[in-house]
Amino acid sequence: MTKILIIGYGNPGRLDDGLGPAFAETAKQFNIEGVDTDSDYQLTVEDAVDIAEHDIVLFADADVRGPEPFYLKKIEPAAVVSLSSHSIKPQALVGLVKESFNKEVEAYVLGIRGYEFNEFEEKLSEKAVQNLNAAVKFIKPQLESAEFCEIRAENVTW
Amino acid sequence: MKKIVIEPVTRVEGHGKVTIQLDDNNKVIDSRLHIVEFRGFERFIQGRPYWEVPVTVQRLCGICPVSHHLAAAKAMDVIVGVDQITPTAEKMRRLMHYGQTFQSHALHFFHLSSPDLLFGFDADPMIRNVIGVIKKFPELAVQGVMMRKFGQEIIKATAGKKIHGTGAIPGGINKNLTIEERDSFLKDMDQMLDWCRSALKIGKDYTVENLDTVASFGSFDSSHLSIIRKDGAMDLYNGGLRAIDFEGNKIFDHVENSKYHEYIAEEVKSWSYMKFPFIKEQGPENGWYRVGPLARVNTCDFIDTPEAEAARKEFMAVTNGKPNNITMAYHWARLIELLHSGEKIRDLLNDSDLQGTDLVVKGERREEGVGIIEAPRGTLFHHYKVNENDQVTMANLIVSTTSNNEPMNRAVRKVADEYISGKAEVTEGLMNRVEVAIRAYDPCLSCATHALGKMPLIVELEDADGNIVDSKTTES
Repeated sequence: MTKILIIGYGNPGRLDDGLGPAFAETAKQFNIEGVDTDSDYQLTVEDAVDIAEHDIVLFADADVRGPEPFYLKKIEPAAVVSLSSHSIKPQALVGLVKESFNKEVEAYVLGIRGYEFNEFEEKLSEKAVQNLNAAVKFIKPQLESAEFCEIRAENVTW
Repeated sequence: MKKIVIEPVTRVEGHGKVTIQLDDNNKVIDSRLHIVEFRGFERFIQGRPYWEVPVTVQRLCGICPVSHHLAAAKAMDVIVGVDQITPTAEKMRRLMHYGQTFQSHALHFFHLSSPDLLFGFDADPMIRNVIGVIKKFPELAVQGVMMRKFGQEIIKATAGKKIHGTGAIPGGINKNLTIEERDSFLKDMDQMLDWCRSALKIGKDYTVENLDTVASFGSFDSSHLSIIRKDGAMDLYNGGLRAIDFEGNKIFDHVENSKYHEYIAEEVKSWSYMKFPFIKEQGPENGWYRVGPLARVNTCDFIDTPEAEAARKEFMAVTNGKPNNITMAYHWARLIELLHSGEKIRDLLNDSDLQGTDLVVKGERREEGVGIIEAPRGTLFHHYKVNENDQVTMANLIVSTTSNNEPMNRAVRKVADEYISGKAEVTEGLMNRVEVAIRAYDPCLSCATHALGKMPLIVELEDADGNIVDSKTTES
């Protein structure tokens, strides 16, 4: 069975920055066999250990200026030129998995468009919720089939 | 006149920018580290019920939420009239705190600072990074990941969950540690301690073998501040405030947390959002001080775990028992604390109080509370006032990196004067030296929001008119 890991990251205490964890929480409730979920404030190097135990990893995060309502992009391992616990990128994390744990995983970034980030509130904006719901609707059958289909947008900088 | 801008400063936590201003002869005439710090939190917290605060403050920072969680909980212990929480509550909080320090120090060494130490400041930047470490020292990179995970799992077990942990509550803790959780950590403990020892050896050997270079690198005499246990032992969780001058003379000692504001004041400067704390009796010009691992190893009389204490003695011997004012010695001190945290975690895991069931104490409500803790990066102050309706009416936070603001600025100036001033060409290696000096402090410049599309921290070279003539912009 294909093992899938969803990592939703962001700070739910900063409004739409919580879109990633909200996606992971929703996906967890589906109880799809072979799908594990995790949430954290940000991606961290130790996530490499869990990723190495899966075949596919899906990074779910809020996006400040990406396309509405969301995008799904396949990513390739990249050199970890610089990192901190604060800002390791998904590509770098997958690179770390490959370099340190000799495991090549299929990896995707799910960027869900958010709008409000600068207040200390634990809630998603109305439009962010709509985008989250759209992403969930799109991704759920793909989780069930373990086959993913990218949605590209021209105005996204990778 | 020219100005160098380094933005973002890489391999630090969060956002920041360095500007170095040069005259027509390329002589450094000014330098500044600009830090963008979100200051709205102290206002946001007003009106919130006090019992929410230990959880709510974790919205402030995604880098060290545990430190804010525990500092706020300590302040709220005072608010609910509790001067001493139960042994189980205190030991659970300590385990959470040492888990946080362990993972933070491990990450800083293995993934942020080791590229500079292992490859040298002038190495090709395409090699001088964590991938370079992975390729040349693969076992070190894996150790860093596994140690970080070990500490994070301890946090999860003690705080209840990774995001917005709820473990510490006013007057105590809301869970103990199960035997299964304890045993899952104990099985890895010997390995973790072995890795701490080998990391400490790298940090010590690097400093001792390169003492001629590192002794002056970004270094200067300074005062040092931390909390300290009653008997003078290093204590990262609880104690009175101690400040010493550069020779080790005590400026104040065992100051009660509630009286911090009688000894520490804060100054605002027009070019930075960050406040500049200082020791009141010495004034804003001379009262600045350093916090964090270097300060803590300098201020304490001893460390109460045997291997870290032996390491402290070796550390202090380098400066003949006097305070060590070498900026790059932050790394060595941090690794002593890494081993100390490991020893503390081991001792706590073997303490049956962690399985106790007496978790919370109640007392008579008070209006004001201060909680001070030694976060991985230094002393963290949380101060609150609460009204009769249980609402917070005042909050004041002094975060660790704020206290190191002036020292980091001085380190940047020292390096700029020594390595950049008068040079016709400013190479990447020279620019990197500025970042190396900043990284020694492990500053956290985070504002807690990181969504895709947001940019992290900037070094700029400006001419006399403020025009940028060179800059370094690397994503962190």
